[in-house]
Order: sequence, then structure tokens, then C-alpha cells
Amino acid sequence: MNGIHDMGGMQDMGPIRREKNEPVFHATWEGRVFALEWANPREWPYSEERLHIESIPPADYLRMSYYEKWLVGMTEAMVKNGMVTRAELESGTASAALAKPPHVMTVAEVEAFFRPATPKARPVPPSGRFQPKASVRARNIHPVGHTRLPRYARGKRGVIERDHGVFPFPDTEAHGLGKKPQHVYSVRFAARELWGEQAGTRDSVFLDLWEDYLEAA
Amino acid sequence: MPTTRREILGAVLTTAGAAAASELASAEEHDHPDDHDHQAVPSDPTLRVKALESLLVAKGLVDRATLDALVDTFEHKIGPHIGARAVAHAWVDAAYKQRLVTNPVAALAELGIGYAGGGGPVVVVENTAKVHNLVTCTLCSCYPSSLLGLPPLWYKSAAYRSRSVIDPRGVLREFGLELPDDVEVRVWDSTAQTRYLVLPERPAATQAMSEAELAALVTRDAMVGVARVTPKGASR
Repeated sequence: MNGIHDMGGMQDMGPIRREKNEPVFHATWEGRVFALEWANPREWPYSEERLHIESIPPADYLRMSYYEKWLVGMTEAMVKNGMVTRAELESGTASAALAKPPHVMTVAEVEAFFRPATPKARPVPPSGRFQPKASVRARNIHPVGHTRLPRYARGKRGVIERDHGVFPFPDTEAHGLGKKPQHVYSVRFAARELWGEQAGTRDSVFLDLWEDYLEAA
Repeated sequence: MPTTRREILGAVLTTAGAAAASELASAEEHDHPDDHDHQAVPSDPTLRVKALESLLVAKGLVDRATLDALVDTFEHKIGPHIGARAVAHAWVDAAYKQRLVTNPVAALAELGIGYAGGGGPVVVVENTAKVHNLVTCTLCSCYPSSLLGLPPLWYKSAAYRSRSVIDPRGVLREFGLELPDDVEVRVWDSTAQTRYLVLPERPAATQAMSEAELAALVTRDAMVGVARVTPKGASR
């Protein structure tokens, strides 16, 4: 959707403020939201939570802090998928156990997470529709739901830099419409193609784009 | 569901986080703690989150000790020092650098570093005298967090997300880095599961330094691409 979250290319957001000695979390509750998000035994795709965050009205989106928005995305998805009910959230009291108890993340699993694993040999996917160096155009589409094709690249010509392999398609997955797996490519756009004469002649922007966003050019 | 959780790690590192609008008032670097709006959102989230946590514990969905371990891990164990080790090793070992750029996950594992992010690949992009790389996420806040820790507020801010793609040179100037015209700027907008780590240039006059001393120079900002590594490690 053409929402406030899709802000690449806007120019009126002010200077970039940096904080010296920034803590990892600015309040205890932020760390708890982070941990709840991580440990949540969800079965829905993360893109669904992004959809909920992107659906926050723009003024609120700009006003809310980072972890407040996370809280919205996580809570909405939990309710929608039947993990908790609104009544439970309001009362703070569990009313019914889940029909199928989930696996609960353990401390050992947290520790294992950052241990180096022998990288799994990713199955080499069949090659995609586009090959490196192919000239492509990002489609001029304006989906009303979740998408990873930013507005600033739509209709612009680029070149396939590399093929990252096959991934679920967020535009359908976020809406419960299936994974629709497809190739994701690193696509290089000349800065001048995106922004015109004001951009540096040598500069470029690389985006990772799903095959359905692209057409041959 | 480890696969799902791996995806979530990246995703976690992914969600949007625009700065509060009133945070836009000043360009100055400032010390914490002071006038943050998210700080001024006091009891409401605190109570809501406590209630939510209690509910999820009561429903048998999460374990409190696991939540504590997650907070502790990201507050005390995961941070830029991890990425810095890989960068310093790449500086002293050309063959390793080649492996880090061509097969990052395996190269990181050689140093005992686990990469768990995004549900997709990590790509290491190398800065040279003629190419400068800058990482951003215009749609949200995707970031190589297993290598750098959680992203700073500025990376998640509307100001950075919006301008990093249209005016990267202006953004870099704001960070105190003026690039000559003949240096090519490559901006990486992390729109999918791939995460990007910048391999900064090794500063001059560091030949006598040990690998550990070199690692201490490598900053988070240099690995995002908003700074160079300086011999004193002065820029953050």
C-alpha cells in the first residue's frame, strides 16, 4: 500500500538524530516486547505483522515509538490467528488453553541460536526468469496490501545483479493467500534513473525484488 | 520451528520504527537519557506489556526465563564487536577476505560466529578507494543484527530511512563523511530477507597493529557505511 512506511525518497523528515551511548533498550518494557516477539510460537509469517504495522494510521505511525509499533503488529496477529482473544488481552486472564499446545522456546534454544552452524547446503534452485546483467523494469503497480516494492522504484529500469534464490512472496503470504515462492533478485538502479539530474552520475541503489515485481526491459 | 524463528530474527530486525515526530527538532548528537518521547510514553506500555507477558506465560506460550535470556543476549552478548572481528580478520588475511565476500556464512563460522538473520543470505559489500557502500531499509528497519546487535534509533528513524536512498551523499555529510565526486556510492535498500554488512577500508598507518587492536577500531557505523574506520576509532 502507498503508506507512510514506504518513505524512501521523502525529504521532509528532518535531520538525523544520533544518540551518544545509546542503550540497547530505552525502557524495560521495550526489551520485553522484543523478547516476546522473538519467543512467540507463531505460525504466521512475519510479513503479516508488518502488514498490521503498515496499517497504523500515518500520524500515529510517525508518533509511535519503534517497540510500540511492534507491540501492535504482534498483538493484532495473535488475535487474528486465535492465539489470544481481545477479551483475554483486556482482562489479562487466560480463558482457554490452545487446542494444540505450541513448542515453547527454551533458554538452550536462545543460546544455540548464535552458535555457528555448518551452513546447510541450500538446494540450488532452478534458475529464475532473469539472469544476471539482464535489463528489467520494476512494474508500475500499487497493491493496496503488503508489498516490498517501494514506490520510488516503480516503473524504473534496472539491471539484475544477482539471484538470491527462492523465497515466499510477501504480497500473498502476508494476506494468507499462499507462499507463492519465487526468485528474489538484487537489482541495481542508477541513481539518475530513480532521482534524475540531482543524483550522482556514478551512484546507484540496489533493491532486493521478487520476480513478480519485474518485467523484461 | 527453528526455521520460522530464524526468519523471525531477521524479521525482528525488520519492523518499522520511525522516530517520534518531535524527535526531529534537533540535529545535535545528544546524551542519553534526556528528552526522548518514547521515554515519555511511560506507564501505559509498561503496564500493557506486563499484562501481555503474564497472559502469554499463563497460556503456556512463552517461558519467562527464555525472555530474560533473550533480553540479556541482546543487551550483553550480541553487538558490533562480532562484525568487527570478521572485518579485522579480513584485513589481515586476504584469502579470508575473499571467502568472507564470496561465502559469508561459512567464513563467519570459521571464526566461531553464527549468522542467524533474515531467513536469507548475508551479503558482505566491500568499500574501496573508489566505492562506498551504505546500508538502509526504507520500508522498515532490516539490519544484520546477529553481527551488529540491534539497530540504533537513527537507523530506524524516518529521517534516515527516507533520505538514505535519495541523498546518500548528504546523509553521509551529516555523519561527517564528505565523499569525493569520483567515489561511487552504492546504497543497499534491504527490502527482502538478505542482510548487508559493509566491509570498511583498513585505515592507513595500522600495519603495526594486531588483529585484536584492529578489531577495536571497527565501529558499528563503519559496518553500516555511514563512517570510515579511523586509526583512533574516533567515529562511532
